[in-house]
This record gives sequence, C-alpha cells and structure tokens, in this order.
Amino acid sequence: MSDYRAPVRDMLFAINELANFENVAALPGYEDASPDLVEAIIEGAAQVAGDIVAPTNWIGDQTGVRVENDRVIAPEAFRPAYKTLVEDGWLGVSMDPEYGGQGLPSLLGIAIEEMLQSANLAFSLCPLLTQGAIRAIEAHASDELKAMFLPKLISGEWAATMNLTESQAGSDLSVVSSKAVPEGDHYLVTGQKIFITWGDHDYAKNIAHLVLARLPDAPEGVRGISLFLVPKFQLDADGNSGEPNDVVPISVEHKLGIHASPTCVMGFGNNKGSVGYLVGEPNQGLAAMFTMMNHARLGVGLEGLAVSERAYQKAASYAKERVQGAAPGHKERGPIIRHPDVRRMLMMMRSTNEAMRAIAYVTGADLDRHHKSPEKEDRAAALARVDLMTPVIKGWCTEMSQELTSLGIQIHGGMGYVEETGAAQFFRDARITTIYEGTTGIQATDFVGRKLLRDQGKAMGLLIGEMRQTLAEAQASTNENVKAIAASLAVGVDNMEEGTKWLFANFQTDINVPFAAAVNMLMITGYVCGGWQMARAALLASKHLDEGTDEVEFYQAKLYTARFFADHLLPRTLGHLATVKAGPASTMAMTEEMF
Amino acid sequence: MKKIMVGLKRVVDYNVRIRVKPDGSGVITDGVKMSINPFDEIALEEALRIKERGEAEEVIAVSIGPADAQQQLRTGLAMGADRAILVQTDKLVEPLDAARTLLKLIEKESPELVIVGKQAIDDDNGQTGAMLAALWDRPQGTCVSEVTFADGKATVTREVDSGLETIEVDLPAVLTADLRLNEPRYVKLPDIMKAKRKPLETVSLDDLGIALDPQLEIVKTDPPAQRQKGVMVEDVDGLISALKDKGLL
Ligand SMILES: Cc1cc2nc3c(=O)[nH]c(=O)nc-3n(C[C@H](O)[C@H](O)[C@H](O)COP(=O)(O)OP(=O)(O)OC[C@H]3O[C@@H](n4cnc5c(N)ncnc54)[C@H](O)[C@@H]3O)c2cc1C
Repeated sequence: MSDYRAPVRDMLFAINELANFENVAALPGYEDASPDLVEAIIEGAAQVAGDIVAPTNWIGDQTGVRVENDRVIAPEAFRPAYKTLVEDGWLGVSMDPEYGGQGLPSLLGIAIEEMLQSANLAFSLCPLLTQGAIRAIEAHASDELKAMFLPKLISGEWAATMNLTESQAGSDLSVVSSKAVPEGDHYLVTGQKIFITWGDHDYAKNIAHLVLARLPDAPEGVRGISLFLVPKFQLDADGNSGEPNDVVPISVEHKLGIHASPTCVMGFGNNKGSVGYLVGEPNQGLAAMFTMMNHARLGVGLEGLAVSERAYQKAASYAKERVQGAAPGHKERGPIIRHPDVRRMLMMMRSTNEAMRAIAYVTGADLDRHHKSPEKEDRAAALARVDLMTPVIKGWCTEMSQELTSLGIQIHGGMGYVEETGAAQFFRDARITTIYEGTTGIQATDFVGRKLLRDQGKAMGLLIGEMRQTLAEAQASTNENVKAIAASLAVGVDNMEEGTKWLFANFQTDINVPFAAAVNMLMITGYVCGGWQMARAALLASKHLDEGTDEVEFYQAKLYTARFFADHLLPRTLGHLATVKAGPASTMAMTEEMF
Repeated sequence: MKKIMVGLKRVVDYNVRIRVKPDGSGVITDGVKMSINPFDEIALEEALRIKERGEAEEVIAVSIGPADAQQQLRTGLAMGADRAILVQTDKLVEPLDAARTLLKLIEKESPELVIVGKQAIDDDNGQTGAMLAALWDRPQGTCVSEVTFADGKATVTREVDSGLETIEVDLPAVLTADLRLNEPRYVKLPDIMKAKRKPLETVSLDDLGIALDPQLEIVKTDPPAQRQKGVMVEDVDGLISALKDKGLL
C-alpha cells in the first residue's frame, strides 16, 4: 500500500541538536550510549520499521481481529514482525540492563517508538502497553515479582496489558468494582474489564495483566483501589507459563480505526478466580497505575505525531504524482503540488510534525535527566518539566493529528475518501488517540488543575523564562526568517503568559472557569511549545548555513518549515486566548433542558 | 577455511533519488544518505552464513573510501563481521585501482575466499571482482546465486544470460555476489552496541604502497533524458508505420 521510511534525518536532528543527545549520553549510566552510535541505532530501527513492520499495516486493517474459543485471533501477518522485534532486541531499548534491557536513554526509545507507531499503529500498542507495565512493575512491585516478570517482559517473550476501565468506570475510575480477595500468598481477582487493548493474543507466550481492583475492606473511591498483576497463565515451579489462570477475552469491539488492535472485554475469575499478585501497597493502586499511565500518555502523544508523519509521507508522494490543471504561473497541466493550496496543506502537515517531534524528543531528554541526573535538584526540575509537558504532548499532538490526517485525505481528493488508497486508514486510526489514556478534556483538566494552578505556575514560569531566552537570541539574529519567527513567537509567548495570568486572576470567581478554559489553554501551550522548538531549530539551521554545511538543503528546509509554523500555526494562539478570556458564561448559559 | 574477506563499498543509498550536480561534474552526495552497496551486503551475508555453518573461522570486512566509510564497516561489524579494515582515501577509486588495493590486503591477510558484490550501484562497472581474480591469479566465480564448499573447492551457481551455470573453482578464489544469493539480515540492537568494540583498523593507500593510477576521465554526468509523452496508435498498421517513422523497423 504505502511505503513508510522513517524520517531519519529529522529524527537525528531532533535527538542530537534539539534534545542535545551529548548531554544525555554524559549522564551516569548511559556510558554505552555514545553519540557515534545514535545514527547506527536509528538506522537499524528504521530498516526494521520500514521493511518488516510497515507492510503489515494495511493487512491488519483489512483482516481485523476476532474471538474464537476464548482466544483472540489477531492478524497472522504480525507474528513475524513481533518475533523480529523480540529477537533483534528492539523492545527493551531503554529498559534496565539488570533485567535484560539495553539500558539506552529514553530519548532513543522514543524515536524507535515513533517509527513502530508510524509503521503500524494498531500493532505498536502491544509493545507500548508492555513497556508501560514494565515501568509500573519496576517502580512499585516487590523484588520477587520483578524477578518473576521483568526479564520476560523486557525481552518481549511475554506481553502486558492495562486493565482500568469498567463499563461504569471510564474517565472516573473511583467507581472501579473488580474485586480481589487474599488467598495464601496471593489474591483471587474477579470482575469484568472493558476496552482492554491487546487483552489477548498469542504472539507472546504469556500476558501479564495489570488490573485495578478492590480489596474486601477497601474504602470507597480512589483511595480504595489496589493494583494486581494477573498472568494469563499461572507460573510453574520454574517460572515458566503453566496452567490457564481463568482470564478470558469475552469479545472484541468493532471500531472506527486500529482494526488490528483487539479491544477486549476481559473476564477475570469467572470460574474459580484468577490468581493475582499485589503490586505496591494496598489501596495505592491508582498511584502505581499512574506510573504506567504517564508513560503511556507520552506514548499516545507520540502516536499523534507518528500517524501524521505517515499520512504526510503518503500525501507528499501523491501530490508530486497527481496531475491536474495548470497551477498559477504555469502554462501546462502539472502535479498538484504546484498549487499554493496543496502546498499549504503539505506544509501544515510537515511543519507541525516537525514541531511535535521536537517537543516529544526534548521531553524524552528531560525524562532521562529525571532518571539519571546526579543532582537531586536537577532530577526534580526535570520531572516538573516532564509533568507539565505530558498532558500537552498527549492532548495537543493527538488533537493536531485529527487535523493533519484529515488534510492527508484532502490532498488526495476523491481518492483520499476511497479506502483502497490507504490515506483514510491514518485518519481512522488517529481518531482514538484523543480518547484513550484520558480524553483531551481529561488532559486539559490535569494540565490546568494540577500542572498550572496547584503548582502555582512555577513550572510554567520556568518554561516561559527559557522561551524568552530563545526569543532574545532569535530577535538578535540577522536572518530574515529567524527574525520573522521571533516576532511571531513573541506574540505566542505573550499570549500564553496572558492566558495563564488571566486564569490565576479568575479561577476563584466561578467554579467553571478553569474547566471551560482548559482545552484552550492546553492548545495555546502546545502551539507555543511547538513554535519555541521550531525557533530553536531555525536558529541552529541558520547557524549551520552561515558556518557552511554539506547539508544545505536539509537546513534550508528546516528554516522554511519553522517559518511556516510561525506564520500559520502560532497565530492560532490569538483565537484561543480570546476564548479563554471570554470565560465560561456562554458555554454554561443554556440549561440542561435546552439541549 | 580460516578467513573470508569481504569488500563493502560506501554508495548512495538505493532509496535515494539520484540528482546530478548542476555543473555536470558528478552526482550530489552532500547530505545524501549513504549505505553499503546492496550487492556487497549480500556478499557479507554469505560470508557470515559460511562462518555460521562452521566452514570458516573469521570474516574480515574491508572498504576503500573516505573516513565516513567507517559507518558502513560498523554496520558490517554489527551484522557479524569479526573485524574491519578501512583503506582511507578521499579520491575516486576506479575498479582497477580498487582491485590492486584489495590485492595488497589479500597479501597481508591471506584469505581463502574473497567475496565482493557483482557490481556497485554507483557506477555499475561490475569489474572489480574479476580484475582482482586476474591480478591475484586465482579462479573466479562471478554473479553467484548459490555456493557450497567441499575438499578445498567451491561449487558455484552463476546467473548467466541463458540461465544458470554451475562451475567448480579451486580455493582460494574470488566470488562476486548476485541478488538472489541470499537475503541479508537486519542488524540487531545488541549487535550494534557490540560492534563498537570490534577492531576497525584504518590504513592509507601509502601504507599499502599504492599510488592511484586513474585510467578514466569523467567528461560529463547527465541525468537520464526525461521520458517523452507516449502516443496512442489506432491499430497495428498505425504501430508499424510509427515504428518505421522512428527508424526502428
Ligand atoms: C480502542 C480503545 C482502547 C482502549 N484501551 C484501554 C486499555 O487498554 N485499558 C483500559 O483500561 N482502558 C482502555 N480504554 C478505555 C479508555 O481509556 C476510555 O474509553 C477513556 O478513558 C474514556 O472513558 P469512557 O469511554 O468511559 O468515556 P467517558 O468517561 O464516559 O467520557 C465521555 C466524554 O465525557 C468527557 N468527560 C468525562 N469526564 C470528564 C471530566 N471529569 N472532565 C471533563 N470531561 C469529562 C470525556 O472527555 C468524553 O468527551 C480504551 C478505549 C478504547 C476505545
């Protein structure tokens, strides 16, 4: 269907120049990650993603999944891809070497994740959830559980899932009702979960389900939820998968997109109860699950980028081939890429993808700093930045992917609307990303409530300070493009600051103020963070061009995409700011009956 | 066999759309993705398989090219070569000079088998392997699609215009790899990390006592002519007269 080649050059730029890989590699524990290996690693992953995983994308979409005899039948075409990823070591990239991981920085792990997601979003969810579970087990489980599960999960021999949602408990997990009763050295878990991604498959020999459930004496609400590890097969005396553990997929959903990802209704303990192990402290399950969710939220934000990148590649190649009427200034019929409006759409896709990549990778470097910096204060500062950026990356990148994958269809004209073309799949697949792992509304509430108001604007203040430093540099540039970018970014940063100030001044006047403003504040922050990173990129590019480079074309293109982002995307903050400042009145004026 | 030597040339990646420099002096390589010549990758894969079958002890990857060719050698090491030698030069190396240089390395290393690609996709000369065998005064099997070993001999299947030809060559010998010989492996992440610790030696042409002796002068490089728009002919007669008009019949 459509070829995917990982945008290796732009990835290397984001890794090396924007996220300063050298600083990351200098952190204790990353000695093996020498900068000269980066290109080889990224190239190696790009080959696997492009040649082995990407060709399965369309097949998976068409084949879909089904349940037969209490087992999910997932696309056979994925099996060799999964095997290659396991055998060639691409799943445990940034995992702990003590348990068999490669111990490389998250920054590299994120780049590789982007490739797998672009190559096949539905398939990539399987390793994504396993990685999230590994993080939760690492952080919260007993040493014994770690020894039992981590090596096999890190290698990919086993997979993992995340079981939060129940039919009455979606965005609001306080009403989770699955139960766990102590029995000997373990628990018996019963209950039904819905919407469980990759809840069952047989690519891996066993599946570790992380399940939220309540102990018998648990208090009501979120303070009564505990986290359990429930394996699909119980472990035998040697720690290998043995007897079935009374966990079954009951059915799979028929969905708009990600057809090849089984979204399962899962039954736990329908017969005798599923053996489960407590992860972390009793009643602290939600906190433990948040370790997993924060990881997964960054991962889903990256999905927004990944699917838009693939949509862009397809649209760009179509625009160069499809011949229609003469473009302005041309005499002959020619490829549609000559039309300014088609350019507008392509540039929108290209420049926003680059901005999303920059934000995500830079945050990846912060994550590494948080994990490995020798200075306690530096670790804390890095964490504050990651916390601030997580809902922005999840919310903004996935919302942008709706627009960008839609443009991908638009560029194809009528053929885009036709399934066989393949552009529609990216649009359908992208649609879930603003929903799972917390909807955009939930991200925005987290952003405004926890990350701005409760933090008293500290993390935001530091971010704005750093942006102003870049601004000063950009304003001093003699490069025309950089100067124009600086002018636009200055307005963006002012708008973000003004919105934040308005929020602090008004949030106590009406209970609805922060909630009604939340998504708009999140979008402003996304655009400004994107514009900031693109300004940094433009400064670097103009420096290379001034100093002489053998990659003139690459850096020129970077200047142009940064300029486009400043001209077309940054000004959107004006509209969002006006809406923020309008307050909640008109949103809430109608009574429920009027709807 | 103790040693197999494999030649890996750094070329513009096969996925890249080649563009000619505006002054026609060559093709644009600045900022362009470079890779191991695909036929050389096949050559290396075959050497690794021979070693993995226990029929050879060591695989040495060699390249003649700029310092950046270390990248391709590192990839070769990550695929599984034991060590690598780069003969470093920024000059254009013609097939005969490449063969002379490889011969020097053969004299140093005494491999029982040398495998190179049947051609490099940059200039498509397809001469180095054959020239090397002649200079070395050893047998050659070119365009190989299958090879087995027994009693100090290699039985090779060659892809020739009329089909397949099977010949036997005494070792030491030079083989040149064709497309269907094998499908090269993908590099594994742990092997990329390990490759960094494998030996990669750099020598100069001077060290080997080679003075390049170019025989060719590049007059001009032109992109292929744009394809002309086709015309639909009414019927067979129309086709025949159109072909006659073009002087093709
Ligand atoms: C394909 C797919 C895969 C999934 N995979 C998993 C998985 O692997 N594991 C798992 O546990 N779950 C999974 N989910 C569940 C997913 O996380 C939830 O669907 C999601 O969190 C939303 O919950 P909900 O569907 O109950 O919607 P609801 O919570 O009912 O939300 C409906 C609407 O109300 C809004 N809303 C609700 N509460 C608030 C609030 N407090 N503030 C503002 N707006 C609010 C939402 O934004 C949304 O627009 C998956 C879902 C799908 C569709």
